[in-house]
Amino acid sequence: MNKTTKQSFSVTRRKVLSGSLAIGSVSALRTYASEQNSLNQPPNVPEWTSYLGDGVDATPYGLPSEYESDVIRRNVGWLTATTESSVNFTPLQDLEGIVTPNGLCFERHHSGVAEVNPSDFRLMINGLVDREMIFTLDDLKRFPQTNKFFFLECAANGGMEWRGAQLNGCQFTFGMIHNVQYTGVKLSDLLLETGMKANAKWMLAEGSDSAGLTRSVPIEKVLDDCMIAWAMNGEALRPEQGYPARLVVPGWEGNMWIKWVRRLEFGDMPYMTREETSKYTDLMTDGKARMFTWVMEAKSVITAPSPEKSILSKGLHQIRGLAWSGRGKITRVDVSVDGGKNWTTAKLHGPIMSKSLTRFTLPFEWRGDELLLQSRAIDETGYVQPTIKELQNIRGVNSIYHNNAIATWLVNKNGTVDNVRLG
Amino acid sequence: MYAWVKIILFCCGISFSLSTTLHAEGRTFNLGKIASVEEVIGWDIDVRPDGQGAPFGSGNAFDGEEVYAERCAFCHGDFGEGIDRWPELVGGEGSLNTHDPIKTTGSYWPYASTMFDYIYRAMPFGESQSLSVDETYQITAYLLYMSDIIDEEFELTNENLGEIKMPNVNGFFLPDPRPDSTHLVDELCMKNCAAETTILGKARDLDVTPEDDG
Repeated sequence: MNKTTKQSFSVTRRKVLSGSLAIGSVSALRTYASEQNSLNQPPNVPEWTSYLGDGVDATPYGLPSEYESDVIRRNVGWLTATTESSVNFTPLQDLEGIVTPNGLCFERHHSGVAEVNPSDFRLMINGLVDREMIFTLDDLKRFPQTNKFFFLECAANGGMEWRGAQLNGCQFTFGMIHNVQYTGVKLSDLLLETGMKANAKWMLAEGSDSAGLTRSVPIEKVLDDCMIAWAMNGEALRPEQGYPARLVVPGWEGNMWIKWVRRLEFGDMPYMTREETSKYTDLMTDGKARMFTWVMEAKSVITAPSPEKSILSKGLHQIRGLAWSGRGKITRVDVSVDGGKNWTTAKLHGPIMSKSLTRFTLPFEWRGDELLLQSRAIDETGYVQPTIKELQNIRGVNSIYHNNAIATWLVNKNGTVDNVRLG
Repeated sequence: MYAWVKIILFCCGISFSLSTTLHAEGRTFNLGKIASVEEVIGWDIDVRPDGQGAPFGSGNAFDGEEVYAERCAFCHGDFGEGIDRWPELVGGEGSLNTHDPIKTTGSYWPYASTMFDYIYRAMPFGESQSLSVDETYQITAYLLYMSDIIDEEFELTNENLGEIKMPNVNGFFLPDPRPDSTHLVDELCMKNCAAETTILGKARDLDVTPEDDG
């Protein structure tokens, strides 16, 4: 989110698009790609029953139903100068459970997707190690492996909402996050091979993309739970997620999870790269900026109802949502339907894992009233997700990054839903 | 040739490694290869704030103006003002504590080394690592000159890159003060809480949300 700084808040400057996402879904909970046809409904025999369907291998690599064609990543064109240095958003509103399908994981590139030939992939480890070494992809796969779920959230997720409700969508306000199972090697294992000097305090991770993206990671985190991953959700990393290998920095801001990783250098001080000085630092009201704010704090979102997910009818519905914390497990999520005056604790659905998305639901009866939906997450450290006002009071509105505030969805009497700001 | 079972304890469990070859000195898995000096030099391009890693070379702003005009100005403007959505590179001094902060190399970046490192590895956008070392010193010097940090004749080199004092070097603070806003979970209000529920604004009214085609 490099180019979302001041321009992203100047909402009157670029009215490049008219209307809003929610308008199209006024009359439908899901905007399926086809109309109803009663000839396919009881008591009639549906047309797909009366003829043979495709055989095996019609689609060697399977794809979603054509009726799910609206479940896609989307970007906000006016945020950035070019798609090669830009971001798109995961359609959280359409997902169930906690696993993000690989093709729907949001993308954030700084100079486009590197197309790395895995045969030419090399990971170099140099600097304050006993042996400067180079590993092939095959080498990495021969190390003891680890398989773990982690969320990856961009530090700028929700960054456009600091000054007010700006984007009318769950996808656009919370979708810079995904949650997959990574397969890879722990860096603590990899470093057994190179050895480490006693004064190695920082690791510089470097990508092989055209941005040569670099970030400094303190050694304590490196040895705690960082890994080099080559697979996500059971298959090779997608190119846009760093194929053939990426750095995994559990619970910390996504910018540090170097994709297309080519080099790890160990040193005795941070490297102060462009990404950790001019970007991903949080400007406070006094003009000073917080640096090295790595942890993604506890946060939650109601994925449905949401601006993309209108309520179609009165009666029983399930409020569904996701919660996560970079400090560990989610222990509780409370939901309010009256803007925070009264709260009910939602049901958490397992598996509940550290630094992973956690699914919550809460049944409710809609009587056609206006509602102000909110959720607040609580993690195992006892931390409670704050309101936006609480964050603004401490940080002002210029910090761009690390907005983990409670959002509010207004359910209108006609069932449509709006992203609103309360005060 | 030896054969033995080596038990390696890992922090997350126990793993058994059946080894049939003698491990190299100090190595646990005998995987990968030792990197040559040439291989490391070719890839180790980062430059630290103290100047460590800066490649041998030099450049001044006078020469940098021409290189900048040729390789940078198309996106960043002749005077670093930024074209369209491309970033401005100079200006913004005194703006950081205002409602509209402008974060440029001159107003915000704390280290000149970061400018050199980033330009050398990632610029020009789409033609990364095509600038020579001297061209990178020249462009860096030109940007520093435009922000009144050095004179036009100042020769920026690998020796003095780490000594350039940037105006905002003291504009950052550590460590991370978070959590900076939290309640105690035991004291959380559940019923009849004080909450402000006036709607101040709706995203729908701003009308900047992308709409699907068709």
